[in-house]
Amino acid sequence: MACASEVLCMDKFSVYAARLVEKGEYFASGHRACQGCAEALAVRLVMKALGRDTIVAMATGCMEIISSPLPTTAWEVPWIHVAFENASAVITGCESGMKAMMRKGKLPPKKINFVAMGGDGATADIGMGQLSGALERGHDFIYVCLDNEAYMNTGIQRSSATPWGASTTTSPAGKRSKGQQTQKKDLPKIAIAHNIPYVATACPSFPFDLMEKVKKAAAIEGPAYLHILSVCPTGWRIPSEEAIKYGRLAVNTCVFPLYECEYGKYRMTYKPDPILPVREYIQGQGRFRHLTDEDIEVIQKRTTEEYEKLLKLCEMD
Amino acid sequence: MTRERRGIEVSLAIAEAVGQADCDVIAAYPITPQTHIVEHLAEMVANGQLDAEFVPVESEHSAMSVCCGAAAVGARTFTSTSAQGLALMAEIFFIASAMRLPVVMALANRSLSAPLSIWNDHTDTMMVRDGGWIHVFVENGQEAYDHVFWAFRVAEDPVVRLPVAINIDGFILTHMIEPIEFEDDDLVKRYIPEYRMEKPLHPDKPVSMGCFAMPELYTEAQMAREKALVNSYSTCLKGWEEWAALTGRRYHPIETYRADDADYCIVTMGSLGETAMAAVDELREQGEKVGAIKIRLWRPFPFDDFYKAAEGKETLIVLDRAISFGGPGGPVALEIRSALYRRPQAPAVVNYVAGLASRDVRVEDFKAIILEGKAKATAGHTAGYTLYGVRE
Repeated sequence: MACASEVLCMDKFSVYAARLVEKGEYFASGHRACQGCAEALAVRLVMKALGRDTIVAMATGCMEIISSPLPTTAWEVPWIHVAFENASAVITGCESGMKAMMRKGKLPPKKINFVAMGGDGATADIGMGQLSGALERGHDFIYVCLDNEAYMNTGIQRSSATPWGASTTTSPAGKRSKGQQTQKKDLPKIAIAHNIPYVATACPSFPFDLMEKVKKAAAIEGPAYLHILSVCPTGWRIPSEEAIKYGRLAVNTCVFPLYECEYGKYRMTYKPDPILPVREYIQGQGRFRHLTDEDIEVIQKRTTEEYEKLLKLCEMD
Repeated sequence: MTRERRGIEVSLAIAEAVGQADCDVIAAYPITPQTHIVEHLAEMVANGQLDAEFVPVESEHSAMSVCCGAAAVGARTFTSTSAQGLALMAEIFFIASAMRLPVVMALANRSLSAPLSIWNDHTDTMMVRDGGWIHVFVENGQEAYDHVFWAFRVAEDPVVRLPVAINIDGFILTHMIEPIEFEDDDLVKRYIPEYRMEKPLHPDKPVSMGCFAMPELYTEAQMAREKALVNSYSTCLKGWEEWAALTGRRYHPIETYRADDADYCIVTMGSLGETAMAAVDELREQGEKVGAIKIRLWRPFPFDDFYKAAEGKETLIVLDRAISFGGPGGPVALEIRSALYRRPQAPAVVNYVAGLASRDVRVEDFKAIILEGKAKATAGHTAGYTLYGVRE
């Protein structure tokens, strides 16, 4: 199977080999994530790319719960959690406060990365308005959506980012249902519609691509949105050692293409070759096991269409 | 010391005070009757009169969230809201105090929907009574202006570190033009020096804020919160004493008017206190031994001050501006009845709810309430409450 390092133009990466990756850990080990949690890996990689001078505001959810049980913390950088829907508003408060205090001489100047993180529920559902407001106001911050495609923290309930056909505890498959009845909300496109400088998709199965995008998002002034597919073995009902494999399959089947949109210009950062059939991604996951061949064909058709649309956007100048 | 007396709309005076306090971040969303406060702040920032970040958020929930973020990095932070806005931000309102983030809010009190009403009463603030904030009520424009400084002073005190809500009656106060004495900036700076938060969010010394607690720690966290609020009382007093030393204007947690030799008192909170005083004057002329007790500090509730004010009175007629539906009466009367329960020689408490949605409570109405209340107490009819002036 192709992996990022074989296909991407390595000279464009500032970090392209494991030994060059930041050694420091800002999201420390010892947290309580499930075995094989790719979301925790995503957070770790994001933090490595951002480094020490970072403030994180986190939404309620898996990552908040596993990293901050009093009196312990997994965070080596300043970190704040206030509520579920408001990480983007909280971080814009941090950014505004520091901006004002530095301007007024109340704080020595320093370049700080302001980062909000939330799951797909926090981003696509309950925090959508607050994210939109923060993006529209143009604060200098990065929003990281850690998308594991359902409310995993509360017990695998569907969100608007759950893909069609996935069985969750609130979109269960049954005699009269194929699981989730709706298509996955396209959050990166919604972010792009805010005309912000930088939007990208990433997946921790492609760590260099992910870290490169984080660094780019941090370097750009203004809002940046990163949408990270974070495989959840518990919720997707796959063996915990296969999280990385399923991340690769999501990308290589074009179910989750890796692309970026910089000042409105789309670019595919990784083109799978060959493109694998979606069946390879779908068939091993317990959440999709009720789907028939016809159902998988429906997903294949839609996946191909969506990918081709995206390619067209990338071709446009 | 230069002191300027200006005729100014109270909302504008509040905004000017926030500017004099050198606030760093203001986050607010428009809602009547708070709008003039934040409009003027936006104007001050736009004109360079105030060097601050004005964050025009997309909802009140975000307003309080932005304030939490700003306060967490150690910025001096202000917001303002009313009624539905407060209801929408309620979730974060409770968290702000639990996280000990010293946000200052001008709460332009307004009725809660439905039916939709933009007018004044205390139904909004009573909803967040148990939110862990310090609550102060002001009676006029001067008090509103003065309490902006007091609020920052108390909120940011390292011993307190709690958010403060300044309750200002919507329209009745916010939209009035009143003569207000403005203090000069030097005096303000002496009263509230530059704020230095002890452990802010900063990469140089990372801290984690807002961690979650298992049941074995939740109770202790609530205890710490309760202690912080109860202990803030002495800082509240100190704040008023020092303000009095600087300006000559003196405030107390409970204030009384012609109450020393009174047999019975009308108890109010907020701007109606001034009307109550006028009614007391007129009734005194008729020979009634009546006085007024005004609650300024609502949370932490100043029990001892209240006992002192209520001592020796036969009857307290408590005017509420909210209803605890299905409960024993208005929230203020409920509080007072509970405070006085089984105290020796406790006065009888008669409860009236009036002035909902700005329905006028005139001097005549106060006189009627006081006399009727006195008669009810004499007849032993002290249970429940009366919704004054309601058309049935």
